Amino acid sequence: MEYCAPETLAEVCAALSNADGPVRVLAGGTDLLARFASGMPRPSMLVDIKKLAPARVIRQLPDGSFEIGAACPGIHIRADKLLGKYWPGLSEAMDLIGSVQIQGRATLGGNLCNASPAADAVPALIAARAHCRIVSVAGQREVPVEEVIISPGRTCLRQDEFIVSFILPARASRSADAYLRMTPRTEMDIAIAGVAVNLTLDDSGVITDSHVALGAVGPVPVFAVAASRILLGSSLDEEVLQRFRRQVSVMCRPISDKRSTAEYRTDVTAVLAARAARIAYDRAAADIAS
Amino acid sequence: MKKHIQMQLNGQSVEFLCETSGTLLHALRDSLQMTGTKEGCGSGDCGACSVMMNDTLVCSCLVLAVECSHADIRTVEGLAAGDALHPLQQAFLDNAALQCGICTPGLLVAAKALLDKNPDPTETEVRYWIAGNLCRCTGYDKIVRAILDAAQRLRGNASVNELQP
Repeated sequence: MEYCAPETLAEVCAALSNADGPVRVLAGGTDLLARFASGMPRPSMLVDIKKLAPARVIRQLPDGSFEIGAACPGIHIRADKLLGKYWPGLSEAMDLIGSVQIQGRATLGGNLCNASPAADAVPALIAARAHCRIVSVAGQREVPVEEVIISPGRTCLRQDEFIVSFILPARASRSADAYLRMTPRTEMDIAIAGVAVNLTLDDSGVITDSHVALGAVGPVPVFAVAASRILLGSSLDEEVLQRFRRQVSVMCRPISDKRSTAEYRTDVTAVLAARAARIAYDRAAADIAS
Repeated sequence: MKKHIQMQLNGQSVEFLCETSGTLLHALRDSLQMTGTKEGCGSGDCGACSVMMNDTLVCSCLVLAVECSHADIRTVEGLAAGDALHPLQQAFLDNAALQCGICTPGLLVAAKALLDKNPDPTETEVRYWIAGNLCRCTGYDKIVRAILDAAQRLRGNASVNELQP
């Protein structure tokens, strides 16, 4: 296995497109190196993107949107107060992944490209309407996060492409997100259900924009458009929340495995969805109060 | 083809050769004979191989040695000052916070990272911080008490043990 750690976009693209045989992008390595250790065949070339400055940046752009480098570790994402103010749900979702040791290395790009149905940060990115900046020698394209994972462990990226960064859209006033997950253990465990909710309110507290994404209840994270529509025009009244919970349940297609049964995943996802909606709503409403 | 790596290890410049697929953990143990850092799971779950890399707590089994070119690595061997144990090491002894000892180097490194950041953690903060360090002997209680004791000593107060009758 060859290894390189290029410092420019052009060098990363060249390394990916010139590779003689299978090539993998290395970000934090918390999934990839663990897989190597468990016997996964190593690629002929490993391209480390942690020395690439655009993949390490967290910044707010002049239009209010945020750019987060695909190779930023969790500790940098969590420590960014401005990002946490605008996108508390995404910040929390990333922070839930693994131990302090894992947070020192694990990245958003890796969490997405590992393509696990149970990834914590991915529902939060989808509900945030985040796009990824995908680059190759052929140029650049932007893809909504929900289109990246096509099946467990597989993404839509070609071998010569990689994700440089994520773009979170500019925040409307009175909007906020939240992410909740269920794990059998308190720490160091993988979600058996995860829900991200991202809401925008008008100045009287009526929901005008709503996005919901579900994790660990299907082969790929679920962008639950039909469920999110139920919240539109409401102020999260009990009757609306009941219909919302039912629709979330309908959209869950989980499996039963050693970590949970399909029935339990479905039930708990609906409960988490209602709670996450309440948290996102209250955060967005705090904007009205202030 | 082996790669030549130079890095700082506990404040000293070291050099070694490694395969591109080799981990920092194996470079430390096999190439540099620094066997204080232990291998538990090899997959980032147990924390026995915890080290500081550029002031960040990481599992050395999840870092490739080739990634460490010019990095600043600190291991459990760097804790004591000569024969004088670090207050954390002394507190682990005084509180009997180890049995088989395999998890201890990783816990010491993780605990030092916590206390460097937060000199006065609550018990809950300690327990969450060391969630990535598994111990199959002690049940954690003595480890948590040792870390809180060391925190108190490092803040310049008397040891919890000395206060007890």
